[in-house]
Amino acid sequence: MANPSYVSLGQRLISALEAVLAVIVSSYPYRASAGLLRRAGVTGRTLVIAIPTIWLLLFFLVPFLIVLKISFAETRWLGSPPYTPLFEWVEGQYLQIKLSFGNYLFLLRDSLYVQAFLSSLKVAFISTIFCLLIGYPMAYAIARASPSWRNTLLMLVILPFWTSFLLRVYAWIGLLSNQGVINQVLMSLGITREPIVMLQTDFAMYVGIVYSYLPFMILPLYANLEKHDPSLLEAAVDLGCRPFRAFLSITLPLSRPGIIAGSMLVFIPAVGEFVIPRLLGGTSSLMIGRVLWDEYFANRNWPVASAVAIALLLLLVVPIVIFQRMQARETFGAAR
Amino acid sequence: MNQRRSIFLLSALVFGFAFLYVPILSMIVFSFNESKLVTVWGGFSVKWYRALLSNERMLEAAWLSIRIAAVTATIAVVLGTMAAFALSRFGRFRLRALFAGMVTAPLVMPEVITGLSLLLLFVAFAPLPLFPDARGFSTITIAHTTLTMAYVTVVVQSRLSMLDESLEEAALDLGARPAKVFLVITLPLIAPALISGWLLAFTLSLDDLVIASFTAGPTTNTLPMMIFSTVRRGLTPEINALATIMVGIVTVFVVTAGVLMARQERKRELEMRAAWQAAAAAGPRQ
Repeated sequence: MANPSYVSLGQRLISALEAVLAVIVSSYPYRASAGLLRRAGVTGRTLVIAIPTIWLLLFFLVPFLIVLKISFAETRWLGSPPYTPLFEWVEGQYLQIKLSFGNYLFLLRDSLYVQAFLSSLKVAFISTIFCLLIGYPMAYAIARASPSWRNTLLMLVILPFWTSFLLRVYAWIGLLSNQGVINQVLMSLGITREPIVMLQTDFAMYVGIVYSYLPFMILPLYANLEKHDPSLLEAAVDLGCRPFRAFLSITLPLSRPGIIAGSMLVFIPAVGEFVIPRLLGGTSSLMIGRVLWDEYFANRNWPVASAVAIALLLLLVVPIVIFQRMQARETFGAAR
Repeated sequence: MNQRRSIFLLSALVFGFAFLYVPILSMIVFSFNESKLVTVWGGFSVKWYRALLSNERMLEAAWLSIRIAAVTATIAVVLGTMAAFALSRFGRFRLRALFAGMVTAPLVMPEVITGLSLLLLFVAFAPLPLFPDARGFSTITIAHTTLTMAYVTVVVQSRLSMLDESLEEAALDLGARPAKVFLVITLPLIAPALISGWLLAFTLSLDDLVIASFTAGPTTNTLPMMIFSTVRRGLTPEINALATIMVGIVTVFVVTAGVLMARQERKRELEMRAAWQAAAAAGPRQ
C-alpha cells in the first residue's frame, strides 16, 4: 500500500458507481425493460456484441453500400444528386436493376486516373521500403537496449505520433523551402551557391510520408523483435556463425510477421494519402487521394468520386485482407 | 564484431531520432522568432503567441475541435471496450469474423474513403428521423467515433489479453454477478488501457483533417481545417506558435501518463508478489 489515498479514491469511486447502479437496477423502467429483454432472450452478452455491431453496420458497412450504389449511378445534372435510381419497379410488375458502368469506363479511358493509381502504388511502395530500411535498425536497437532505456526510447518513438500529424507535415515546409533551414545550412557551408529546390517535389513528398509513417513501422517490428530469444543468436555464434550471417538466417526470418504488419500499416494508408502530397508534393505525381478529393470538392462529381473510392478499395483489398488475417491470428492466439 | 554492430545500431538510433525530432524542434525554435520570415532568425519574441491568442476564428475552431474530440473519445471508449470484450472474452460467436473485420478495418482504411462514404451516408439519411439533418458537430463526431473506436478496441484488447482471467472466474465462482465482476475486478485492471484509449481517440479526432472536411457542413471549421487553409496560403509563424503549444501539452500529458502507469504497474507487481508470499507462508498450515 504505497499510496493509500489513491486506493481509497478508487474504492470510493467504485462504491459510488455501485450505489448509482443499485438505484438504476431497482427502478421501474429498468426492471420492466430488463424483463422484456429477458423474455426476448437478450442477455448482457448479446448487448455487448450487439451495440458495437449496430454502430459499425450503420456507420461502416452501410456507407460502403451507398458508395457502391452511387458509383453505378448516372448523373442527371453535373454530378450532384438526384441520380438515376438503381432499382426501379417497371409498371409495378417486375424489379428492374440498372447498373451504369459509365463511371468506371470513364476512369479507365482517362489516362489521368490510371496514372494516378499507378503513381500512388509506386509512391506507397517506395515509402514502405524506406520506412523499413530506417525503422528496422531502430526497432532492433530498441529491442536490444537495456530495459531501463527501452521504455524511454519507445516513448520517444511514440511521442511524435501523439502530436498533430498536420503540424508535423507543416514543419517540413519550413525545413525544405528555398529559404528553409536545410538550404541555409548548405549555403552557409558553401556546399551550394543557390538554394536547391526541394519543396513541391517528389523528394519532399517521400520525406514527408516516410517521416509520418515511421512510428507505424517501428512499433510492430519492436513488438516482434522484443520477443526473440537471444540464446538462439548466441548458439549460432557459438557454433561459428558470423553475426551478420546469424542475423540473416535467424532474426530476419523470425521477424517476418513484424515486417509484414509494419509494411501493411505504412503501405495501405500511404496509397490513399492526401495531406502530404498536397502540402509537400509537386503537381507532377498526382496521387489518387488527391484525385478523389478534387473530384468531390472541386468537380462536385459524386458518382466519379465514388467510383474512384471503390477502385481504390479493390486495389487495397489484398493488403487489407493480409493485415486482417494477421490481426485475427494475433488476437485469437492471445485469447486462448 | 560486436562493437561494429553496436556502433551501427547506435548511429541508426541517432539518425532515426534526429529525423523524427529535428522538424518539431525547428518549428518550436521559429515560433519564438521576431521576423515575419518563418525561416530566418530575427531575434527572440513571443509576438506570434499574442497574435494567435487574439485570432478569434482560430480559437473558435480550436474550441469546436476540442469539444468534438472529447465527445468522440468518450463514446469511442465505451464502444471500443464493448468490442474488445466481445473479441477477447466471448470465444467464438456467430459472425465473429465479420465483427472483427469491421472493427479493425477503419485502422487501415484510407481516410478519403472513410470520409466520402460517411458523407454520402449522412446525405442519404438526412431526411430520416434521428439522423442529423445539418452537417456539423454531430456528423463529425459520429465519423470520428467510427474511426477511433478501432484504436480503442486494439488498446483495450491487448490489455485484456494480458490479464489473468482466473481473477474474473474466481469472482464469478464466488457468486458475483457479471456486471459486478466487470465493475469491481475488470474495470480497475483495464483502467490504464481505457485512459490511453481515451487519449488516443482524443488526439486522433483533434488531428483529423480529411474525414472532418468531408463530413463538415459548409459553415463548420475545425482546427485542422483552419490550419490547412492557413498553411496552403503560405507559412505563418502563428502556426508555429500553435504547434509549440500543442507539442508542449502533449509532452506533459504523455510523459506524466507514462510515469504514472509505470509506477502503478510496479506497485501492482509488488502487491502480487506479497500476496504470493503470504499464500506460500499460509500454505503448509492447511
